[in-house]
Amino acid sequence: MTRRQLMRHAGWFGGAVVLSVAGGEVISHIADHHDQVAAAAASDPNALRFVQVSDSHIGFDGPANTDVTGSFEHALDRINSLGFRPDFVMHTGDLTHLSTPAQFDQVKQMLSTARTERVFVVPGEHDAVGDGGRAYLRTFGANTSGDGWYSFDTHGVHFLALVNTLSLEKAGHLGPEQIDFVRKDLAAVKPDTPVVVFSHIPLFAMYPQWGWSTDDALQVIAMLRRFSSVTCLNGHVHQLFTKTEGNITFHSATTTAYPLPAPGHAPAPTPQVLPARQLEDALGIRTVAYREGDQALALKEERLT
Amino acid sequence: MRSYARKTRSGAVALALAGAFGLLSACGGAGGGKAGGGLQAPPGGSLAGMPGATGSASPSMPGMDMPTPSGRAGGGTQAPPVAGNAVVIKGFAFAPAALTVKAGAKVTWTNKDSDAHTVTSQGSGGPLNSAAMNTGDTFSYTFAKPGTYRYLCTIHPFMTATVTVTP
Ligand SMILES: [Cu+2]
Ligand SMILES: [Fe+2]
Ligand SMILES: [Fe+2]
Repeated sequence: MTRRQLMRHAGWFGGAVVLSVAGGEVISHIADHHDQVAAAAASDPNALRFVQVSDSHIGFDGPANTDVTGSFEHALDRINSLGFRPDFVMHTGDLTHLSTPAQFDQVKQMLSTARTERVFVVPGEHDAVGDGGRAYLRTFGANTSGDGWYSFDTHGVHFLALVNTLSLEKAGHLGPEQIDFVRKDLAAVKPDTPVVVFSHIPLFAMYPQWGWSTDDALQVIAMLRRFSSVTCLNGHVHQLFTKTEGNITFHSATTTAYPLPAPGHAPAPTPQVLPARQLEDALGIRTVAYREGDQALALKEERLT
Repeated sequence: MRSYARKTRSGAVALALAGAFGLLSACGGAGGGKAGGGLQAPPGGSLAGMPGATGSASPSMPGMDMPTPSGRAGGGTQAPPVAGNAVVIKGFAFAPAALTVKAGAKVTWTNKDSDAHTVTSQGSGGPLNSAAMNTGDTFSYTFAKPGTYRYLCTIHPFMTATVTVTP
């Protein structure tokens, strides 16, 4: 990649966000004077620390990754050797590649080996192939509302897990019933409570030409405006990407399966075939830390190399 | 991502932050004091998700089965040009993306990609509803009524195409 190409890529991240590398790990963070505070949170055992993993595509078999199971095992090994036990692990969808019973069974068993208090998931469009998400909901839908959405709280942070892949057309779709759930759910949350929103497809318009957006997300975004700090974490695009819009920061996660091209850099978002070593570099997990009283969450990206 | 990482490695900001995190990993001890996890469901609700390897037990999950998507095939074709009745799925695209056939024509889709695809009507209530098609699989549908039929692959919703059926 040339310097000029880098500048173009850097532009994607907006002026406020910086990716940096420490000990072979990429760190993305908001470049402000809270860096030290954020770093301190990551090492504080009393802080909230959770892991986001995404797009394992169990069952995929193609030249872009001939061993997605091995890659996901690798990701779970990383989670289990972080040096701390995360409060929870969130998988942001495309757990399976084709929604078969065997694939759901396998990914559920693998997720249950994560050394953490609880594993949460939201569905990707690959988890709703042929049945509108019924097999997904039978496997992972316990204690959720509607078509699988839910919320929870810990460490003074409010979490929303949304479903925008079960009734999608070209782009993600939340639907009026879920938007109503969000309205009622947020009504009781104080404006100074940090809010984290999980979804598979981005809630921001990352690249609508490829369906990398959610057609009715603005109704939810409007409800999130009154909070001082909102962090939206998504999958689906198989690459790191960060964007800040006022009080809301969006972070797309990478995948444990196979990379997709940067927006517009290929005719279509098709699996990218890389040499083995470069493939591992493109795959990863994300750890997120937050200490009560801090202004923002601290994100750390770890490659599977 | 790889390319970003490789490039920022040489950046001044990267070096500054690397220092901060290097310090961290030196003093980051094992967690404690949060053994219960402190995860709370909303008032009146139960916690979603499932226990991790070190989490507390929760209700067991039921098994699952798969419904079978429907798809009609067969019927009397009217014999428009043969080439006009076939759609190839290759390189994550339908070719041709716009197909015109006469009413009564049977159209067959063939997946020539290494990845799976579906042929699914856009909007609810459309007639096209294939199962996931693996490499080499075909799906057929006979269009009885004139009209424009928009469809996509639900696995890769950016894959869209149309069949126009003329009287
Ligand atoms: Cu497809
Ligand atoms: Fe995916
Ligand atoms: Fe996806």
